[in-house]
Amino acid sequence: MHLGVSESMRECEYSQISTRSSTPMETPFKKKIPKKRKWESFPGRNKFYCDGRIMMAKQTGVFYLTLVLILVTCGLFFTFDCPFLAEHLTPVIPVVGGVLFVFVLGTLLRTSFSDPGVLPRATPDEAADLERQIDVANGSTGYRPPPRTKEVVINGQTVKLKYCFTCKIFRPPRASHCSLCDNCVERFDHHCPWVGNCVGRRNYRFFYMFILSLSFLTIFIFAFVITHIILRSSHRGGFLNALKDSPASVLEVVVCFFSVWSIVGLSGFHTYLISSNQTTNEDIKGSWSSKRGKDNYNPYSHGNIVTNCCAALCGPLPPSLIDRRGFVYLDTPQLAPPTNGITVYGSTQSQQSHMAAATPLLQQQSSEPVIITASPENGGALPSRTSLGLGGPCTSLPLGQPTPATSTASLSCQESTDMLPVHAHAHSHNHSRPLQDQVAHHHFLTPEDLPSPPGMLPCNTPLGHSHTVQAGFYNPASQDSLHEDSVRGLVKLSSV
Amino acid sequence: MRPFKLWQQAAIAAKVFIQRDYTNGTVCQFQTKFPSELETRIDKQQFEETVRMLNNLYAEAEKLGSHSYIEGCLACLTAYTVFLCMETHYEKVLKKIAKYVQEQNDKVYAPRGLLLTDPIERGLRVIEVTIFEERSLTR
Repeated sequence: MHLGVSESMRECEYSQISTRSSTPMETPFKKKIPKKRKWESFPGRNKFYCDGRIMMAKQTGVFYLTLVLILVTCGLFFTFDCPFLAEHLTPVIPVVGGVLFVFVLGTLLRTSFSDPGVLPRATPDEAADLERQIDVANGSTGYRPPPRTKEVVINGQTVKLKYCFTCKIFRPPRASHCSLCDNCVERFDHHCPWVGNCVGRRNYRFFYMFILSLSFLTIFIFAFVITHIILRSSHRGGFLNALKDSPASVLEVVVCFFSVWSIVGLSGFHTYLISSNQTTNEDIKGSWSSKRGKDNYNPYSHGNIVTNCCAALCGPLPPSLIDRRGFVYLDTPQLAPPTNGITVYGSTQSQQSHMAAATPLLQQQSSEPVIITASPENGGALPSRTSLGLGGPCTSLPLGQPTPATSTASLSCQESTDMLPVHAHAHSHNHSRPLQDQVAHHHFLTPEDLPSPPGMLPCNTPLGHSHTVQAGFYNPASQDSLHEDSVRGLVKLSSV
Repeated sequence: MRPFKLWQQAAIAAKVFIQRDYTNGTVCQFQTKFPSELETRIDKQQFEETVRMLNNLYAEAEKLGSHSYIEGCLACLTAYTVFLCMETHYEKVLKKIAKYVQEQNDKVYAPRGLLLTDPIERGLRVIEVTIFEERSLTR
């Protein structure tokens, strides 16, 4: 029978009792069957690299631009300005510059590559259960019921939870559905094309540190390049001569000059958001603004600025809820080998729930209680840490149902009139290191699946608020082309 | 006692989903309301105790305190490389939760033909309770 290792015995037992396979011994642990990882069938519109360790949005062009701008500017600074400055002033300058540069790059990559807090889509059973409850509540007439919302009172404020037709869940408070990535994201701040990812609960602190350190770096480079030129012109007798000697400095000054305003402004804006514990989404909509009503206040705020800041920046980092690197259980259930000693979640398909349901019961019988999701060594079920890019073990993703992709994003644009001037300023040049003035605006997307009331989104784009009705038919191909068009259209709009 | 063949044939009669309770904000908490489908299977007290314990564990994971701040600052200073060697506090608690769910299943739920699914496997949205058909559970 099966020789050897108790592990494989255990795993054979799993196959044995599986309710699916007719010949249980067909898929022993050691047999080489091409295994698919869950990220490969992730329902959202994300791109994955390094076998699921890195996760980004679909459109990454602008991210590469950001990277190039930072690398080129810093490269020029270190090559042309630093030698002079180190010699004539102090060698501390390139050191500090180097540290800032590394920090900027690190936080940028961390923001771009990590899971922002994507909520996995509902399993079919869950979705059916919710539908049933909603139908009962609505007294279904056969027509499409009106937008599904649930009200909940949080710390004295009434908050509406909306039902997401794509993900088939009621969105938790502060979550929002990103149409570009086609995912619901927890504590959704905004989708940032400059970092090529959504900014949400899990990567907001890295995003903030990125823009903060980038502000310092930009100001640092700007100041010292100016210093360099001034010193050189006093040495060489002549401003123009100095410029001729160091032409790169001109480029650096131009880039930094245009960046400083936008980035520093953005940092200031996000500092305000953090200290009041709001998301960009909420601020733009004025959800907690006192203008809405005398009793309107932010129920999530901890009360004082220090606590809010600490909570946002140093609070516990939740693990990824999607299991990117786990293996997909197909019809022939296989116990996935533990990846990096970390677990695999039960997939969210119903047959897997059978399997998941069936196998733990086996543990009644086996003398060693083994959890299906545990590696035999660890003995504990656990999502792995998503440390990205550093080669750490990552979580994997439960398989969702292929759903028709949602409709276009409704851009909430910078021209919204109810924004304070400070914010408008920040918004108008966000993240940009533009060499020209008209560059992609920051996508403050507050897209929602349900047709939002006209008052919410003042900017009516032609792509606007057309929402494909999720009638429950799966036609991914045609929906995808609709998506492509809408996304393309969105990008076009953003470059206006 | 070797009824695993029975479990092999055990059909799922129903699934109950315990939804999240957002009255305290975005902290992970589940509703302690006892679902009617479980009335015939398990004691209300017992069930609520399980959910309450889970809620406490999740609260512990997300608690803001000196411990989490120190961890956060240390992580920031080491550019988050410290997590290559160390687990985050949240992950440690999730492990505890998984053990607890397993233990509850073994001791309380499986003998009653029920199965709790660890909420992390459902994206912390629901606690899924699978109700198996009443088969010959007697041995």
